[in-house]
Amino acid sequence: MEVLIILIPVALFLGGLGLCAFLWALRSGQFEDLDGAAMRILNEDDGATDNAEK
Amino acid sequence: MTVIVVDPTADELAGPGCCPTSGVVLGAHEGYGQSTASSEPAPPLPTADPSAYVNVSEDGGRSLHLMVENLHCAACIRKIETGLMALEDITAARVNMSTRRLRVSWRGEQMDGLQIMRCVAALGYPVAPFDPETLKHLDDVENRRLLAALAVAGFAAANVMLLSVAVWAGAFSHMGEATRGLFHWVSALIALPAVAYAGQPFFRSAIRALGVRQLNMDVPISLAVVLAACMSLYQTVQGGEHAYFDASVTLLFFLLVGRYLDNRARARARSTAEHLLALNSQAATVLDKDGSERALPINQLRPGMTVLVAVGERISADGLVSRGRSLIDSSLVTGESMPASISEGARVYAGTINIDAPLQIMVEAAAEDTLLAEIVRLVEAAEQGRAKYVRLAEKAARIYAPVVHILAALTFVGWLIVAGTGWEPAAMAAIAVLIITCPCALGLAVPAVQVVASGMLLQKGVLVKSPDGLERIAQCDYVVFDKTGTLTRGQPQLLNPEMLDQRQKAVAVALARNSRHPLSRALVADAGEVDVIDVQSVSEQAGRGLSALVAGRRVMLGSRALCGVAQAVSPAEIDDATLELWLSEEGAEPACLRFSDVVRPDGELVLSSLRNLGMKFELLSGDRERAVGATAKALGIDVWRSGCLPDEKVCRLHELEEAGHRVLMVGDGLNDAPALASGFASISPVSAPDISQTAADLVFQGDSLKPVLSAIRIARGANRLVKQNFAMAVTYNLIAVPLAIIGLATPLVAAVAMSSSSVLVTLNALRLRLVGRA
Repeated sequence: MEVLIILIPVALFLGGLGLCAFLWALRSGQFEDLDGAAMRILNEDDGATDNAEK
Repeated sequence: MTVIVVDPTADELAGPGCCPTSGVVLGAHEGYGQSTASSEPAPPLPTADPSAYVNVSEDGGRSLHLMVENLHCAACIRKIETGLMALEDITAARVNMSTRRLRVSWRGEQMDGLQIMRCVAALGYPVAPFDPETLKHLDDVENRRLLAALAVAGFAAANVMLLSVAVWAGAFSHMGEATRGLFHWVSALIALPAVAYAGQPFFRSAIRALGVRQLNMDVPISLAVVLAACMSLYQTVQGGEHAYFDASVTLLFFLLVGRYLDNRARARARSTAEHLLALNSQAATVLDKDGSERALPINQLRPGMTVLVAVGERISADGLVSRGRSLIDSSLVTGESMPASISEGARVYAGTINIDAPLQIMVEAAAEDTLLAEIVRLVEAAEQGRAKYVRLAEKAARIYAPVVHILAALTFVGWLIVAGTGWEPAAMAAIAVLIITCPCALGLAVPAVQVVASGMLLQKGVLVKSPDGLERIAQCDYVVFDKTGTLTRGQPQLLNPEMLDQRQKAVAVALARNSRHPLSRALVADAGEVDVIDVQSVSEQAGRGLSALVAGRRVMLGSRALCGVAQAVSPAEIDDATLELWLSEEGAEPACLRFSDVVRPDGELVLSSLRNLGMKFELLSGDRERAVGATAKALGIDVWRSGCLPDEKVCRLHELEEAGHRVLMVGDGLNDAPALASGFASISPVSAPDISQTAADLVFQGDSLKPVLSAIRIARGANRLVKQNFAMAVTYNLIAVPLAIIGLATPLVAAVAMSSSSVLVTLNALRLRLVGRA
């Protein structure tokens, strides 16, 4: 059972990593335009407008 | 495998099948002459200067935020973005499809906001500037905060549950006390910060409610979560067996999902309303004493100013015609379907459309007795009356909160006194009651149904403007329609295309293409495929018609007088609901074309489907008796009234209400606005003036009446599901609460019961998709 001492922190660390990634994505505006993202994939030259974020 | 090939070089990416705007887009591209081919007119070019909305940053960069209408597909995004980027100095242009907003940044003085707005409008997308600071509602911030809380609660719930499952399994396989203690401590370490962070939306709302000495749903939720966490911590410190960490974080997670969905639906409804308002606001062109013209927002117009009204524009203020003669379409104001002719000295009302020739109008004092002021007053009075409606979920919450508190308190006291145990088991049982009664059906299932329903309606071209609109529509049993623009298309349509042979048609269409007169447009739209004919020296006489040379012969298209037809010659079918247009060619008999406002294409079908749903209808119109009677007869409506004034419509709605009906008002005119606001629920087409759209709960797009039917069907389906969910929740509580009261609800039972009931009601909510498909 001693292995739990390692396993639990590892599990929590990995889960926390996912949580941080999500919070980062939320803060950086990745969830602002969900519908647009689905449609932009059809446009080939979207690089032209990607500099919109500043 | 199917590959969708999108050719980036094709300018007309929005092909006819792809995007509903394509007709407009084409029209705007190729100039006015072709745009008559589409049923919608090209959007007017913006005239108001948006400089006030331009944001200048420190390094000289400028940016402007715009609301954009008509966005439909990927091609729209691309068209706007590449169209703007092609302009000089533009550094960035980005469309947000979800909010239908556009952000443009540029550098330098040469470019200004008006140029940008004109560029987008010329592509076929009406735009309006807005200030992102004032529109960045608390909603946006709140929504993000909820999503972050949801993520934290989800993370905590998953991990605590993992540990809890181990503890439950350990109860059967002799887990050592030390291991159990460790698991409890780790759970506490995760759950306590998570509760403190993710529970905030509920705590804040609960404190606010208690501050004004009221109970809301969030009070028992907060109590359950906080008490469960504290009690579990106490148990952990004592080395006890039962900890409710898992229950408190899962409860938070489920409720946050519901709260997030609810908040998003509200924010979307509000932004829809704002969007419609901003796009409808327009500027008036004022003619100063020195002969110069300038654009002014309508609310800055003062009595005595002279306003120019171009052909096709909406008149922006009540006033007297000081120069010009024209036809005025007042269908939006009075419901009158036939244009009226006016000349100098005549009084015109705001909201009517000038269809024939440019006019100069002298603005009159915005006195209290103008038509518009009267309508605004009636709308306000009606809206105050409507604020009384209480949503189903709120009604349930009002009963639910006190009952839960009383049950929990009784349980605590009962264990303490009747069973004579210590405070610990008593408190555990009371907390179990609070957790078990978690209002997931209220907090999760209702928002889920709402979100699915408004998403489905959006696909069918219906925008839900008020959050409780769907719930009210579902309860309606009586529909009152307006005629002009609601049951009918509100535009004239050619009745007798067979009157002309193919060559004559080609000649007439070639002439009509040169005019913006509604009859010309109707002729071009309804004549069908014709050959292109070359016409020379076209001239238009305001109020009379067009004349031109075709193959050396003089051809005229216009009024009876223009074509020199004697008053006595009149085909039998002409009555006061029909407009006529004459085509006369040199050396041939003049031919008469008849136009009338016709019923929307699927009107009859929709009404018969509504009848099958058990609805009754009535037609209330401001139009003349004969026109209303003909429409009512064509659609099989038995009860109808003509010549109704706005307050008469409201009176009739009150009569119906007193007779026990819940009335759904469907109308588009300014004269319908008070009725829209006083009906139990209301729907209006997107072509209605802004005051009517503001008063309506739902707004639908397109030429067909079917959205009204879809809205009623989906609203009823949604309502049925909400009630089913309440029934399920009550059944579940009847079983689980007694278990909790007698102390049998261990953490395992609580977790399983709560989670399964939440998942069950949510799945049931998603069933609405099946209802809508049928």
